[in-house]
Amino acid sequence: MTGPATAPAGRHGLLPGRAARAGLLAVVLAATAVFPLIFTNQLVGTIGVDTLIFVAAAVAWNIFSGYSGYLSLGHAVFFGSGAYVVGIAARDWQITGAAEFALLPLAAVTGALIAVPFGLVALRVRRHTFVVITIAIFFIFQLMAFNLSFTGGTTGLDAPFLLWSPLMINQRFYYMTLALALAAIGLSWLIRGSRFGLQLRAIRDDEDRAASLGVRATAVKLTAFVISAVITGLAGALWFFFIEQVLPQSGFDPIFDLTVALMAFLGGLGTVTGPIVGALVIAPAQQYLTSQVQNSYLSQILLGALFLAVVLLLPRGLVPTVAEKLALRRARLAGDREAER
Amino acid sequence: MTALLRAQGVGKAFGGVQALADCTVEVLPGSITGLIGPNGSGKTTLFNVITGHERPDCGEVFFNDRKITGASPQQVFAAGIGRTFQLTRIFPRLTVLENMLVASQHIGARSRRIRNPLARAGGAADRHRAMELLEFTGIVGHAGALADTLSYGQRKLLELSYVLVADPAVMLLDEPTGGVNPSLIKLISARIKELNAAGKTFLIVEHNMDFVMGLCQSVTVLDSGTVVASGPPKQIRDDPKVLDAYLGSAEDDDEQAAADG
Repeated sequence: MTGPATAPAGRHGLLPGRAARAGLLAVVLAATAVFPLIFTNQLVGTIGVDTLIFVAAAVAWNIFSGYSGYLSLGHAVFFGSGAYVVGIAARDWQITGAAEFALLPLAAVTGALIAVPFGLVALRVRRHTFVVITIAIFFIFQLMAFNLSFTGGTTGLDAPFLLWSPLMINQRFYYMTLALALAAIGLSWLIRGSRFGLQLRAIRDDEDRAASLGVRATAVKLTAFVISAVITGLAGALWFFFIEQVLPQSGFDPIFDLTVALMAFLGGLGTVTGPIVGALVIAPAQQYLTSQVQNSYLSQILLGALFLAVVLLLPRGLVPTVAEKLALRRARLAGDREAER
Repeated sequence: MTALLRAQGVGKAFGGVQALADCTVEVLPGSITGLIGPNGSGKTTLFNVITGHERPDCGEVFFNDRKITGASPQQVFAAGIGRTFQLTRIFPRLTVLENMLVASQHIGARSRRIRNPLARAGGAADRHRAMELLEFTGIVGHAGALADTLSYGQRKLLELSYVLVADPAVMLLDEPTGGVNPSLIKLISARIKELNAAGKTFLIVEHNMDFVMGLCQSVTVLDSGTVVASGPPKQIRDDPKVLDAYLGSAEDDDEQAAADG
């Protein structure tokens, strides 16, 4: 083979330089860390925790669905199972107070244990059929929650009572959910740039071709599905501890499936920051509407309308669209400077 | 000399259509073999059978005297048979360089080293080799661009490049010049010659007769799923059976020229 080796072509400057990005990240992290110390309002605190749970869930959903292109509308299975398993364990083992948090690993393990057979069944088929199967499996779980004896049926389960003041509850849950969200984001970022992530994205583009080039498609998809399920299960358990109750229709909620998908779509499917941005926009808006408006269907109607608007007007999502606009503007500015010389 | 790649007595039917019937094709090591024939004569089906994308109804495929009939596309690729598609199959939403790195996956699998799955995609060696190959095929300037933004001809070059990543012993090219402008055709032809001089074997399906006759040392003609002639280009050009089956009348030639242009 001839031809000299050249350095890899530089990344396209979609965002400001590395130092500027690191600085921005530090500011955002600092602001996130002090947020609950400044805003001690009860409603704001609740919205903050809820939003962080959705950041973790949307990022987790994106690790599988965004990178692989297999859209799951059954992630509430993991969310609900995470909530239920810690609820059942706390009830049966008579665990009280803050000792409940020792049950969190159980939620992660349950997510993984459900994801393996779930994935092995659902991932036998491609794309659209996969979506339908995830919905079907979701309803199987919801029906089980309603009808099995150990789930508490329609009355659901209550979480152990925490002897913390309301402010402490908000602040402590804020930092716990923040830790989960940051871990999910870190993992998502690592995966996106890794061999594993490249294989996932190759599967998204052309699965058969990727397989013929040596990508073990089933193993790669299943691994991503399990990782995604573990984070979602943890998010479900924290959510349950926070609101202190789970019902079959709230733990296994079809709106949850649509919401996490919409967050990723709004922000930018398959990007690291997209689902974060989507969750930061949608979760607070939804919570605020639910708390302020008597009619609980209003937020759902708006959610549906937003879904339509995103798919029709912003199919690639906010982050890629804005990044492209910025890059174009910067290129134009650079061109202008060139012309002035 | 025994054949490096041999499809022996291969038959394949799709419903009532016999795509291949007792088809035997041999590719000698170090050769550039052309595979020609009218549309629907079974060329691509033969490629699919060889590369594991289709299972033959009967017959066997041998590579290096090892039977590879019915192996999966992944196994065939790992064994050393690379393939491009008539309609290029690249990964449109990955960058050109990332496309190359996908193809370098199986190299790690073969070395049996446990690799950190969260390591950044493509080590220095993989990237270096990828850039070398992109340089070789002349699209190195697009390495950071999304593959989606490449022209049709550049996509063909990218597909050729990433199949080369795995350094296969045989390359199966399905219409490498289809829809490609003349200057790129010259480049593709020159690169194939260079690779061949370095020892790579080629089996090429092609409708562009100048390309085939100028490049191939041996040409096999398929018609209705069966080999009707096989030999050096000169002999094939003069074979009345071939003229009958494929090169046909002057009108057909015009059609071909129009299709190529």
